Amino acid sequence: MKQSIFKIIENTQLTATVFKMKLQGDVSEITSPGQFVNIKLQGLFLRRPISVCDSENGILTLIYKVVGKGTEQMSEMTEGEELDVLTGLGNGYNTALSGEKPVLLGGGVGVPPLYMLAKKLIAEGKKVTVILGFNTKEEIFCEEDFKALGADVIVSTADGSYGVKGFVTDALKDVDYTYFYTCGPEPMLKALYKATSTSGQFSFEERMGCGFGACMGCSCKTITGYKRICKDGPVLEKEEILWAD
Amino acid sequence: MGRLSVDLCGITLDNPVIPASGTFGFGYEFAELYDINVLGTFSFKGTTKDPRFGNPTPRIAECNAGMINAVGLQNPGVEKVISEELPKLKKCFDKKVMANVSGFAVEDYAYTCEKLDKEEQVGWLEVNVSCPNVHGGGMSFGTNPEAAAEVTAAVKKVTAKPVIIKLSPNVTDIVAIAKACEDAGADGISLINTLLGMRIDLKTKKPVIANKMGGFSGSAIFPVAVRMVYQVANAVNIPVVGMGGVSSAEDVIELMLAGATAVEVGAANLIDPYACRDIINDLPRVMDKYGINNLSDIIGGVK
Repeated sequence: MKQSIFKIIENTQLTATVFKMKLQGDVSEITSPGQFVNIKLQGLFLRRPISVCDSENGILTLIYKVVGKGTEQMSEMTEGEELDVLTGLGNGYNTALSGEKPVLLGGGVGVPPLYMLAKKLIAEGKKVTVILGFNTKEEIFCEEDFKALGADVIVSTADGSYGVKGFVTDALKDVDYTYFYTCGPEPMLKALYKATSTSGQFSFEERMGCGFGACMGCSCKTITGYKRICKDGPVLEKEEILWAD
Repeated sequence: MGRLSVDLCGITLDNPVIPASGTFGFGYEFAELYDINVLGTFSFKGTTKDPRFGNPTPRIAECNAGMINAVGLQNPGVEKVISEELPKLKKCFDKKVMANVSGFAVEDYAYTCEKLDKEEQVGWLEVNVSCPNVHGGGMSFGTNPEAAAEVTAAVKKVTAKPVIIKLSPNVTDIVAIAKACEDAGADGISLINTLLGMRIDLKTKKPVIANKMGGFSGSAIFPVAVRMVYQVANAVNIPVVGMGGVSSAEDVIELMLAGATAVEVGAANLIDPYACRDIINDLPRVMDKYGINNLSDIIGGVK
Protein backbone atom coordinates (compact mmCIF):
# COMPACT_ATOMS: atom_id res chain seq x y z
CA MET A 1 0.00 0.00 0.00
CA LYS A 2 1.16 3.50 -0.76
CA GLN A 3 -0.32 6.94 -0.24
CA SER A 4 0.59 9.40 -2.96
CA ILE A 5 -0.61 12.28 -5.07
CA PHE A 6 -1.81 11.63 -8.60
CA LYS A 7 -2.42 14.22 -11.31
CA ILE A 8 -5.47 13.89 -13.53
CA ILE A 9 -4.47 13.81 -17.18
CA GLU A 10 -7.85 12.82 -18.64
CA ASN A 11 -11.45 12.60 -17.41
CA THR A 12 -13.91 11.74 -20.16
CA GLN A 13 -17.52 10.63 -20.21
CA LEU A 14 -18.14 7.19 -21.73
CA THR A 15 -21.91 6.85 -21.21
CA ALA A 16 -24.62 8.84 -19.42
CA THR A 17 -23.21 7.84 -16.01
CA VAL A 18 -19.81 6.23 -16.62
CA PHE A 19 -16.52 8.15 -16.78
CA LYS A 20 -12.92 7.26 -17.53
CA MET A 21 -10.19 8.98 -15.55
CA LYS A 22 -6.49 8.70 -16.30
CA LEU A 23 -4.06 9.71 -13.58
CA GLN A 24 -0.32 10.14 -13.52
CA GLY A 25 1.61 9.04 -10.44
CA ASP A 26 3.40 6.26 -8.60
CA VAL A 27 1.72 2.99 -9.59
CA SER A 28 4.47 0.76 -8.18
CA GLU A 29 2.23 -0.78 -5.53
CA ILE A 30 -0.37 -1.95 -8.07
CA THR A 31 0.79 -5.49 -8.63
CA SER A 32 -2.28 -7.49 -9.72
CA PRO A 33 -5.36 -6.94 -11.85
CA GLY A 34 -8.48 -6.72 -9.67
CA GLN A 35 -6.89 -4.51 -7.02
CA PHE A 36 -8.43 -1.16 -6.15
CA VAL A 37 -7.43 2.34 -5.06
CA ASN A 38 -8.99 4.51 -2.34
CA ILE A 39 -9.41 8.18 -3.17
CA LYS A 40 -9.66 11.13 -0.79
CA LEU A 41 -12.14 13.75 -1.94
CA GLN A 42 -12.84 17.29 -0.81
CA GLY A 43 -15.37 17.55 2.03
CA LEU A 44 -16.05 13.82 2.26
CA PHE A 45 -14.94 11.95 5.37
CA LEU A 46 -14.29 8.51 3.92
CA ARG A 47 -12.17 7.72 0.89
CA ARG A 48 -13.85 6.24 -2.18
CA PRO A 49 -12.73 2.77 -3.32
CA ILE A 50 -12.51 2.41 -7.13
CA SER A 51 -11.25 -0.66 -8.97
CA VAL A 52 -8.19 -0.36 -11.16
CA CYS A 53 -8.99 -0.67 -14.88
CA ASP A 54 -5.38 -0.41 -15.97
CA SER A 55 -1.99 0.55 -14.62
CA GLU A 56 1.04 0.92 -16.81
CA ASN A 57 4.05 3.24 -17.19
CA GLY A 58 2.97 5.53 -14.38
CA ILE A 59 -0.56 5.91 -15.71
CA LEU A 60 -3.50 4.68 -13.65
CA THR A 61 -6.81 4.26 -15.49
CA LEU A 62 -10.09 4.19 -13.57
CA ILE A 63 -13.54 3.71 -15.05
CA TYR A 64 -16.24 4.67 -12.58
CA LYS A 65 -19.98 5.17 -12.47
CA VAL A 66 -21.51 8.23 -10.84
CA VAL A 67 -23.57 6.78 -7.99
CA GLY A 68 -23.20 9.33 -5.19
CA LYS A 69 -21.46 12.43 -3.90
CA GLY A 70 -17.92 11.05 -4.26
CA THR A 71 -18.12 9.84 -7.83
CA GLU A 72 -20.10 12.96 -8.75
CA GLN A 73 -17.24 15.10 -7.47
CA MET A 74 -14.77 12.98 -9.44
CA SER A 75 -16.80 13.42 -12.62
CA GLU A 76 -16.54 17.21 -12.29
CA MET A 77 -12.75 17.24 -11.93
CA THR A 78 -10.56 18.34 -14.81
CA GLU A 79 -7.10 17.79 -16.25
CA GLY A 80 -4.30 19.03 -14.03
CA GLU A 81 -6.18 18.63 -10.75
CA GLU A 82 -4.65 16.36 -8.12
CA LEU A 83 -5.99 13.51 -5.99
CA ASP A 84 -4.68 11.86 -2.81
CA VAL A 85 -4.78 8.13 -3.60
CA LEU A 86 -4.01 4.97 -1.63
CA THR A 87 -2.79 2.39 -4.13
CA GLY A 88 -2.10 -1.32 -4.05
CA LEU A 89 -5.20 -2.31 -2.09
CA GLY A 90 -6.77 -5.76 -2.18
CA ASN A 91 -5.48 -9.14 -3.33
CA GLY A 92 -6.49 -9.03 -7.01
CA TYR A 93 -7.08 -11.90 -9.42
CA ASN A 94 -4.70 -14.85 -9.54
CA THR A 95 -3.94 -15.63 -13.18
CA ALA A 96 -2.00 -18.81 -12.39
CA LEU A 97 -5.22 -20.83 -12.15
CA SER A 98 -6.72 -19.78 -15.50
CA GLY A 99 -5.99 -22.81 -17.68
CA GLU A 100 -5.65 -22.24 -21.43
CA LYS A 101 -9.08 -20.77 -22.19
CA PRO A 102 -10.34 -18.53 -19.39
CA VAL A 103 -13.60 -16.61 -19.71
CA LEU A 104 -14.01 -13.19 -18.09
CA LEU A 105 -17.50 -12.00 -17.25
CA GLY A 106 -18.27 -8.42 -16.26
CA GLY A 107 -21.56 -6.72 -15.49
CA GLY A 108 -21.90 -2.92 -15.76
CA VAL A 109 -19.19 -1.19 -13.73
CA GLY A 110 -17.87 -4.65 -12.90
CA VAL A 111 -16.30 -4.58 -16.38
CA PRO A 112 -13.29 -2.25 -15.77
CA PRO A 113 -11.10 -4.49 -13.55
CA LEU A 114 -11.37 -7.24 -16.17
CA TYR A 115 -9.45 -5.07 -18.64
CA MET A 116 -6.11 -5.31 -16.86
CA LEU A 117 -6.84 -8.99 -16.17
CA ALA A 118 -7.49 -9.72 -19.87
CA LYS A 119 -4.30 -7.88 -20.78
CA LYS A 120 -2.27 -9.97 -18.34
CA LEU A 121 -3.83 -13.29 -19.39
CA ILE A 122 -3.26 -12.54 -23.09
CA ALA A 123 0.34 -11.58 -22.34
CA GLU A 124 0.66 -14.97 -20.63
CA GLY A 125 -0.45 -16.62 -23.88
CA LYS A 126 -4.00 -17.55 -22.89
CA LYS A 127 -6.99 -17.59 -25.24
CA VAL A 128 -9.30 -15.14 -23.54
CA THR A 129 -13.05 -14.75 -24.02
CA VAL A 130 -14.71 -11.72 -22.47
CA ILE A 131 -18.45 -11.45 -21.86
CA LEU A 132 -19.66 -7.94 -21.09
CA GLY A 133 -23.19 -7.57 -19.71
CA PHE A 134 -25.19 -4.35 -19.76
CA ASN A 135 -28.84 -3.42 -19.41
CA THR A 136 -29.11 -1.71 -22.74
CA LYS A 137 -27.09 -0.60 -25.80
CA GLU A 138 -26.63 2.95 -24.50
CA GLU A 139 -24.77 1.67 -21.41
CA ILE A 140 -22.08 -0.27 -23.27
CA PHE A 141 -18.45 0.75 -22.82
CA CYS A 142 -15.00 -0.84 -23.30
CA GLU A 143 -16.09 -3.31 -26.02
CA GLU A 144 -13.50 -1.98 -28.49
CA ASP A 145 -10.78 -1.84 -25.82
CA PHE A 146 -11.10 -5.55 -25.11
CA LYS A 147 -11.14 -6.32 -28.86
CA ALA A 148 -7.97 -4.27 -29.29
CA LEU A 149 -6.26 -6.49 -26.71
CA GLY A 150 -7.06 -9.51 -28.87
CA ALA A 151 -9.80 -11.06 -26.73
CA ASP A 152 -12.94 -12.69 -28.15
CA VAL A 153 -15.64 -10.29 -27.01
CA ILE A 154 -19.33 -11.11 -26.53
CA VAL A 155 -21.73 -8.42 -25.38
CA SER A 156 -25.09 -9.19 -23.80
CA THR A 157 -27.86 -6.71 -23.11
CA ALA A 158 -30.83 -7.42 -20.86
CA ASP A 159 -33.22 -5.73 -23.27
CA GLY A 160 -31.69 -7.29 -26.37
CA SER A 161 -30.84 -3.92 -27.94
CA TYR A 162 -27.30 -5.13 -28.74
CA GLY A 163 -25.53 -8.50 -28.92
CA VAL A 164 -26.90 -11.52 -27.08
CA LYS A 165 -30.31 -10.85 -25.50
CA GLY A 166 -30.28 -11.63 -21.80
CA PHE A 167 -27.62 -11.87 -19.11
CA VAL A 168 -23.96 -12.90 -19.14
CA THR A 169 -25.10 -16.37 -18.11
CA ASP A 170 -27.03 -16.64 -21.40
CA ALA A 171 -23.96 -15.61 -23.37
CA LEU A 172 -21.81 -18.11 -21.44
CA LYS A 173 -23.83 -21.12 -22.69
CA ASP A 174 -21.96 -21.37 -26.00
CA VAL A 175 -18.48 -20.67 -24.64
CA ASP A 176 -15.86 -23.37 -24.13
CA TYR A 177 -13.75 -22.36 -21.11
CA THR A 178 -11.26 -23.77 -18.61
CA TYR A 179 -11.78 -21.27 -15.77
CA PHE A 180 -13.69 -18.05 -15.12
CA TYR A 181 -13.15 -14.63 -13.57
CA THR A 182 -15.98 -12.28 -12.79
CA CYS A 183 -16.93 -8.91 -11.33
CA GLY A 184 -20.38 -7.36 -11.21
CA PRO A 185 -23.56 -6.92 -9.19
CA GLU A 186 -24.25 -9.61 -6.59
CA PRO A 187 -27.30 -11.14 -8.36
CA MET A 188 -25.06 -11.73 -11.38
CA LEU A 189 -22.33 -13.29 -9.23
CA LYS A 190 -24.87 -15.60 -7.60
CA ALA A 191 -26.26 -16.64 -11.00
CA LEU A 192 -22.73 -17.37 -12.24
CA TYR A 193 -21.92 -19.38 -9.14
CA LYS A 194 -24.69 -21.77 -10.21
CA ALA A 195 -24.25 -21.53 -13.98
CA THR A 196 -20.51 -22.15 -14.20
CA SER A 197 -19.09 -25.62 -14.66
CA THR A 198 -15.50 -24.87 -13.65
CA SER A 199 -13.72 -23.23 -10.77
CA GLY A 200 -13.31 -19.48 -10.83
CA GLN A 201 -12.76 -16.19 -9.01
CA PHE A 202 -15.33 -13.57 -7.97
CA SER A 203 -14.65 -9.95 -7.12
CA PHE A 204 -16.94 -8.58 -4.42
CA GLU A 205 -18.06 -5.13 -3.43
CA GLU A 206 -18.82 -3.94 0.11
CA ARG A 207 -19.20 -0.64 1.90
CA MET A 208 -15.75 0.02 3.36
CA GLY A 209 -14.33 2.13 6.14
CA CYS A 210 -10.58 2.21 5.56
CA GLY A 211 -9.98 -0.05 2.55
CA PHE A 212 -6.77 -1.51 3.97
CA GLY A 213 -7.83 -4.02 6.60
CA ALA A 214 -7.84 -1.95 9.77
CA CYS A 215 -11.48 -1.36 10.64
CA MET A 216 -13.23 -4.69 9.94
CA GLY A 217 -16.04 -2.72 8.28
CA CYS A 218 -16.30 -5.03 5.25
CA SER A 219 -15.90 -8.50 6.73
CA CYS A 220 -17.66 -11.54 5.30
CA LYS A 221 -17.91 -15.19 6.24
CA THR A 222 -16.24 -17.72 3.94
CA ILE A 223 -15.69 -21.46 4.08
CA THR A 224 -12.09 -20.75 5.10
CA GLY A 225 -13.03 -18.27 7.85
CA TYR A 226 -13.74 -14.58 8.20
CA LYS A 227 -12.31 -12.39 5.46
CA ARG A 228 -12.06 -8.66 4.93
CA ILE A 229 -13.26 -7.79 1.44
CA CYS A 230 -10.74 -4.92 1.28
CA LYS A 231 -7.64 -6.81 2.40
CA ASP A 232 -8.20 -10.58 2.00
CA GLY A 233 -10.43 -9.86 -1.04
CA PRO A 234 -12.01 -8.34 -3.03
CA VAL A 235 -11.36 -11.50 -5.04
CA LEU A 236 -12.52 -14.80 -3.55
CA GLU A 237 -12.31 -18.24 -5.09
CA LYS A 238 -15.55 -20.03 -5.91
CA GLU A 239 -14.79 -22.85 -3.44
CA GLU A 240 -14.55 -20.53 -0.43
CA ILE A 241 -17.70 -18.47 -0.98
CA LEU A 242 -20.55 -18.62 1.52
CA TRP A 243 -23.51 -16.57 0.31
CA ALA A 244 -25.07 -14.45 3.04
CA ASP A 245 -28.61 -15.67 2.28
CA MET B 1 12.12 12.47 29.35
CA GLY B 2 11.64 14.37 26.12
CA ARG B 3 9.39 17.33 25.48
CA LEU B 4 6.58 15.09 24.31
CA SER B 5 6.74 12.41 26.97
CA VAL B 6 4.05 11.78 29.56
CA ASP B 7 3.53 9.27 32.34
CA LEU B 8 0.46 7.08 32.00
CA CYS B 9 -0.24 5.05 35.14
CA GLY B 10 3.46 4.62 35.92
CA ILE B 11 4.60 3.82 32.39
CA THR B 12 6.40 6.52 30.42
CA LEU B 13 5.11 7.24 26.93
CA ASP B 14 7.55 8.89 24.51
CA ASN B 15 4.59 10.93 23.33
CA PRO B 16 0.89 10.98 24.21
CA VAL B 17 -0.40 9.75 20.84
CA ILE B 18 -2.18 6.38 20.90
CA PRO B 19 -4.09 4.86 17.97
CA ALA B 20 -7.49 3.90 19.35
CA SER B 21 -8.84 0.38 19.51
CA GLY B 22 -10.61 -0.83 16.39
CA THR B 23 -8.75 1.49 14.05
CA PHE B 24 -5.29 -0.06 14.20
CA GLY B 25 -5.88 -3.83 14.26
CA PHE B 26 -3.03 -5.53 16.11
CA GLY B 27 -0.54 -3.03 14.77
CA TYR B 28 1.49 -5.21 12.42
CA GLU B 29 -0.42 -4.15 9.33
CA PHE B 30 0.48 -0.52 9.97
CA ALA B 31 4.07 -1.60 10.60
CA GLU B 32 4.29 -2.32 6.87
CA LEU B 33 3.74 1.42 6.34
CA TYR B 34 5.92 3.00 9.00
CA ASP B 35 7.87 2.17 12.14
CA ILE B 36 5.08 1.99 14.71
CA ASN B 37 7.62 2.38 17.51
CA VAL B 38 7.23 6.15 16.96
CA LEU B 39 3.85 5.86 18.71
CA GLY B 40 3.33 6.43 22.43
CA THR B 41 1.63 3.06 22.36
CA PHE B 42 -1.55 1.79 20.70
CA SER B 43 -4.74 0.16 21.88
CA PHE B 44 -5.28 -3.12 20.10
CA LYS B 45 -8.50 -4.45 18.60
CA GLY B 46 -11.22 -5.02 21.20
CA THR B 47 -10.78 -8.56 22.47
CA THR B 48 -13.43 -10.81 23.98
CA LYS B 49 -13.43 -14.19 25.71
CA ASP B 50 -14.82 -16.01 22.67
CA PRO B 51 -14.21 -15.35 18.96
CA ARG B 52 -16.77 -13.01 17.37
CA PHE B 53 -17.69 -12.33 13.75
CA GLY B 54 -19.65 -9.26 14.73
CA ASN B 55 -22.58 -7.69 12.90
CA PRO B 56 -23.81 -8.27 9.35
CA THR B 57 -22.71 -5.81 6.63
CA PRO B 58 -23.07 -2.98 5.73
CA ARG B 59 -21.30 -1.95 8.92
CA ILE B 60 -20.19 1.53 7.85
CA ALA B 61 -22.04 4.76 7.05
CA GLU B 62 -20.52 8.10 6.20
CA CYS B 63 -21.57 11.37 7.85
CA ASN B 64 -20.54 14.98 7.57
CA ALA B 65 -17.07 15.07 9.17
CA GLY B 66 -17.47 11.57 10.53
CA MET B 67 -18.67 8.03 10.15
CA ILE B 68 -20.84 5.45 11.88
CA ASN B 69 -19.65 1.91 12.44
CA ALA B 70 -21.38 -1.18 13.71
CA VAL B 71 -18.59 -3.72 13.39
CA GLY B 72 -19.74 -5.51 16.51
CA LEU B 73 -16.39 -6.34 18.13
CA GLN B 74 -15.16 -8.74 15.49
CA ASN B 75 -12.08 -10.45 16.95
CA PRO B 76 -10.54 -13.92 17.08
CA GLY B 77 -11.04 -14.33 20.85
CA VAL B 78 -8.44 -13.91 23.60
CA GLU B 79 -6.74 -17.31 23.11
CA LYS B 80 -5.97 -16.61 19.46
CA VAL B 81 -5.05 -13.00 20.21
CA ILE B 82 -2.39 -14.35 22.56
CA SER B 83 -1.23 -17.24 20.39
CA GLU B 84 -1.39 -15.60 16.94
CA GLU B 85 -1.70 -11.81 17.06
CA LEU B 86 0.66 -10.83 19.87
CA PRO B 87 3.62 -12.84 18.51
CA LYS B 88 3.24 -10.97 15.19
CA LEU B 89 3.10 -7.66 17.04
CA LYS B 90 6.20 -8.47 19.07
CA LYS B 91 8.25 -8.59 15.87
CA CYS B 92 7.46 -4.97 14.98
CA PHE B 93 6.72 -3.21 18.28
CA ASP B 94 9.17 -2.93 21.16
CA LYS B 95 6.93 -0.98 23.51
CA LYS B 96 4.14 -1.91 25.87
CA VAL B 97 0.77 -2.21 24.15
CA MET B 98 -2.62 -1.29 25.54
CA ALA B 99 -4.93 -4.33 25.56
CA ASN B 100 -8.54 -3.39 24.84
CA VAL B 101 -11.04 -5.78 26.39
CA SER B 102 -14.79 -6.17 25.99
CA GLY B 103 -17.31 -8.52 27.52
CA PHE B 104 -20.95 -9.33 27.86
CA ALA B 105 -20.84 -10.49 31.46
CA VAL B 106 -18.63 -9.49 34.41
CA GLU B 107 -17.02 -12.97 34.37
CA ASP B 108 -16.10 -12.54 30.67
CA TYR B 109 -14.16 -9.38 31.41
CA ALA B 110 -12.34 -11.04 34.29
CA TYR B 111 -11.54 -14.13 32.20
CA THR B 112 -10.09 -12.12 29.31
CA CYS B 113 -8.14 -9.74 31.54
CA GLU B 114 -6.66 -12.57 33.57
CA LYS B 115 -5.32 -14.15 30.37
CA LEU B 116 -3.90 -10.86 29.09
CA ASP B 117 -2.37 -10.05 32.47
CA LYS B 118 0.19 -12.80 31.81
CA GLU B 119 1.38 -11.20 28.58
CA GLU B 120 4.57 -9.26 29.09
CA GLN B 121 3.96 -6.88 26.22
CA VAL B 122 0.64 -5.74 27.62
CA GLY B 123 1.24 -2.54 29.58
CA TRP B 124 -2.30 -1.46 30.38
CA LEU B 125 -5.74 -3.05 30.19
CA GLU B 126 -8.28 -0.74 28.62
CA VAL B 127 -11.67 -2.08 29.56
CA ASN B 128 -14.53 -1.09 27.26
CA VAL B 129 -17.73 -0.97 29.31
CA SER B 130 -19.93 0.14 26.40
CA CYS B 131 -21.06 -3.42 25.62
CA PRO B 132 -24.51 -4.69 26.54
CA ASN B 133 -24.73 -6.79 29.70
CA VAL B 134 -26.45 -10.01 28.71
CA HIS B 135 -27.39 -10.73 32.32
CA GLY B 136 -28.63 -7.20 32.88
CA GLY B 137 -31.32 -6.98 30.23
CA GLY B 138 -28.85 -5.92 27.54
CA MET B 139 -28.21 -2.52 29.04
CA SER B 140 -24.64 -1.34 28.63
CA PHE B 141 -22.36 -1.69 31.68
CA GLY B 142 -21.15 1.79 31.01
CA THR B 143 -24.52 3.49 31.46
CA ASN B 144 -24.80 2.57 35.11
CA PRO B 145 -22.30 3.52 37.87
CA GLU B 146 -22.84 0.27 39.82
CA ALA B 147 -22.39 -1.97 36.76
CA ALA B 148 -19.28 -0.06 35.64
CA ALA B 149 -17.86 -0.34 39.17
CA GLU B 150 -18.62 -4.05 39.27
CA VAL B 151 -16.64 -4.65 36.07
CA THR B 152 -13.78 -2.49 37.36
CA ALA B 153 -13.56 -4.36 40.67
CA ALA B 154 -13.71 -7.77 38.96
CA VAL B 155 -10.91 -6.87 36.58
CA LYS B 156 -8.73 -5.31 39.29
CA LYS B 157 -8.86 -8.59 41.18
CA VAL B 158 -7.23 -10.56 38.36
CA THR B 159 -4.50 -8.21 37.21
CA ALA B 160 -1.59 -6.23 38.56
CA LYS B 161 -1.41 -4.11 35.41
CA PRO B 162 -2.98 -0.66 35.32
CA VAL B 163 -6.67 -0.82 34.47
CA ILE B 164 -8.14 1.99 32.38
CA ILE B 165 -11.91 2.00 32.07
CA LYS B 166 -13.15 3.22 28.67
CA LEU B 167 -16.43 5.05 29.07
CA SER B 168 -19.38 5.53 26.78
CA PRO B 169 -20.56 9.11 26.20
CA ASN B 170 -24.15 7.92 25.78
CA VAL B 171 -25.04 8.65 29.42
CA THR B 172 -26.72 11.37 31.45
CA ASP B 173 -23.98 11.82 34.04
CA ILE B 174 -20.50 10.83 32.90
CA VAL B 175 -18.91 12.13 36.12
CA ALA B 176 -20.90 9.76 38.34
CA ILE B 177 -19.77 6.78 36.26
CA ALA B 178 -16.13 7.89 36.17
CA LYS B 179 -16.12 8.38 39.95
CA ALA B 180 -17.71 4.98 40.53
CA CYS B 181 -14.91 3.39 38.49
CA GLU B 182 -12.27 5.33 40.39
CA ASP B 183 -13.78 4.24 43.71
CA ALA B 184 -13.78 0.62 42.49
CA GLY B 185 -10.03 0.81 41.90
CA ALA B 186 -9.60 1.99 38.30
CA ASP B 187 -6.11 3.32 37.55
CA GLY B 188 -7.34 5.52 34.72
CA ILE B 189 -10.35 6.53 32.64
CA SER B 190 -10.45 6.76 28.85
CA LEU B 191 -13.17 8.54 26.94
CA ILE B 192 -15.09 9.05 24.79
CA ASN B 193 -16.21 5.93 23.02
CA THR B 194 -18.46 6.54 20.00
CA LEU B 195 -21.79 8.35 20.14
CA LEU B 196 -24.82 6.29 19.18
CA GLY B 197 -25.93 7.36 15.70
CA MET B 198 -27.99 6.33 12.69
CA ARG B 199 -28.30 7.14 8.97
CA ILE B 200 -31.12 6.40 6.54
CA ASP B 201 -30.67 5.87 2.80
CA LEU B 202 -33.18 8.03 0.93
CA LYS B 203 -33.17 5.76 -2.13
CA THR B 204 -33.98 2.54 -0.30
CA LYS B 205 -35.71 4.25 2.65
CA LYS B 206 -33.88 1.86 4.96
CA PRO B 207 -31.10 2.33 7.53
CA VAL B 208 -27.67 2.45 5.84
CA ILE B 209 -26.21 0.05 8.42
CA ALA B 210 -27.55 -3.50 8.74
CA ASN B 211 -27.55 -3.13 12.52
CA LYS B 212 -29.60 0.08 12.06
CA MET B 213 -27.59 2.02 14.66
CA GLY B 214 -23.88 2.33 15.24
CA GLY B 215 -21.10 4.35 16.82
CA PHE B 216 -20.56 7.85 15.47
CA SER B 217 -16.92 8.94 15.36
CA GLY B 218 -14.71 11.37 13.48
CA SER B 219 -13.89 15.05 13.76
CA ALA B 220 -17.57 15.97 14.20
CA ILE B 221 -17.57 14.56 17.75
CA PHE B 222 -14.40 16.35 18.93
CA PRO B 223 -16.18 19.11 20.93
CA VAL B 224 -18.14 16.47 22.83
CA ALA B 225 -14.86 14.76 23.69
CA VAL B 226 -13.31 18.00 24.94
CA ARG B 227 -16.33 18.68 27.15
CA MET B 228 -16.48 15.19 28.66
CA VAL B 229 -12.71 14.92 29.19
CA TYR B 230 -12.86 18.28 30.96
CA GLN B 231 -15.77 17.20 33.19
CA VAL B 232 -14.20 13.87 34.13
CA ALA B 233 -10.64 15.14 34.59
CA ASN B 234 -11.91 17.74 37.03
CA ALA B 235 -13.77 15.14 39.06
CA VAL B 236 -11.28 12.27 39.41
CA ASN B 237 -7.71 11.96 40.68
CA ILE B 238 -6.60 9.29 38.20
CA PRO B 239 -5.23 9.93 34.68
CA VAL B 240 -7.67 10.46 31.84
CA VAL B 241 -6.97 9.31 28.30
CA GLY B 242 -8.88 11.55 25.94
CA MET B 243 -10.25 10.62 22.54
CA GLY B 244 -13.04 11.40 20.11
CA GLY B 245 -12.52 12.97 16.70
CA VAL B 246 -8.84 13.81 17.18
CA SER B 247 -7.15 14.42 13.85
CA SER B 248 -4.34 16.94 14.41
CA ALA B 249 -1.56 17.97 16.80
CA GLU B 250 -3.74 20.94 17.77
CA ASP B 251 -6.52 18.56 18.79
CA VAL B 252 -4.07 16.58 20.96
CA ILE B 253 -3.02 19.74 22.77
CA GLU B 254 -6.62 20.89 23.21
CA LEU B 255 -7.64 17.57 24.82
CA MET B 256 -4.58 17.71 27.08
CA LEU B 257 -5.53 21.21 28.18
CA ALA B 258 -8.97 19.82 28.96
CA GLY B 259 -7.33 17.27 31.24
CA ALA B 260 -6.10 14.33 29.15
CA THR B 261 -2.76 12.76 30.08
CA ALA B 262 -2.63 10.94 26.74
CA VAL B 263 -4.74 11.09 23.61
CA GLU B 264 -6.14 8.37 21.40
CA VAL B 265 -6.69 8.83 17.68
CA GLY B 266 -9.39 6.72 16.06
CA ALA B 267 -11.26 7.34 12.83
CA ALA B 268 -8.44 9.51 11.45
CA ASN B 269 -6.33 6.35 11.00
CA LEU B 270 -8.92 4.93 8.65
CA ILE B 271 -8.74 7.83 6.21
CA ASP B 272 -5.05 8.45 6.53
CA PRO B 273 -3.02 5.44 7.68
CA TYR B 274 -0.12 7.78 8.51
CA ALA B 275 -2.29 10.06 10.69
CA CYS B 276 -0.67 9.23 14.05
CA ARG B 277 2.88 9.42 12.75
CA ASP B 278 2.14 12.80 11.15
CA ILE B 279 0.48 14.15 14.32
CA ILE B 280 3.52 13.14 16.40
CA ASN B 281 5.89 14.77 13.91
CA ASP B 282 3.81 17.94 13.95
CA LEU B 283 3.54 18.25 17.75
CA PRO B 284 6.84 20.12 18.35
CA ARG B 285 5.91 22.76 15.75
CA VAL B 286 2.48 23.35 17.31
CA MET B 287 3.99 23.37 20.83
CA ASP B 288 6.45 26.07 19.74
CA LYS B 289 3.67 28.07 18.16
CA TYR B 290 1.73 28.14 21.42
CA GLY B 291 4.71 28.51 23.75
CA ILE B 292 4.53 25.02 25.25
CA ASN B 293 7.85 23.59 26.46
CA ASN B 294 6.75 20.21 27.71
CA LEU B 295 3.46 18.49 27.00
CA SER B 296 3.29 17.15 30.55
CA ASP B 297 3.05 20.76 31.80
CA ILE B 298 -0.26 21.46 30.07
CA ILE B 299 -2.32 18.49 31.29
CA GLY B 300 -5.53 19.90 32.73
CA GLY B 301 -4.29 23.45 32.24
CA VAL B 302 -7.82 24.72 31.74
CA LYS B 303 -9.74 25.08 34.96
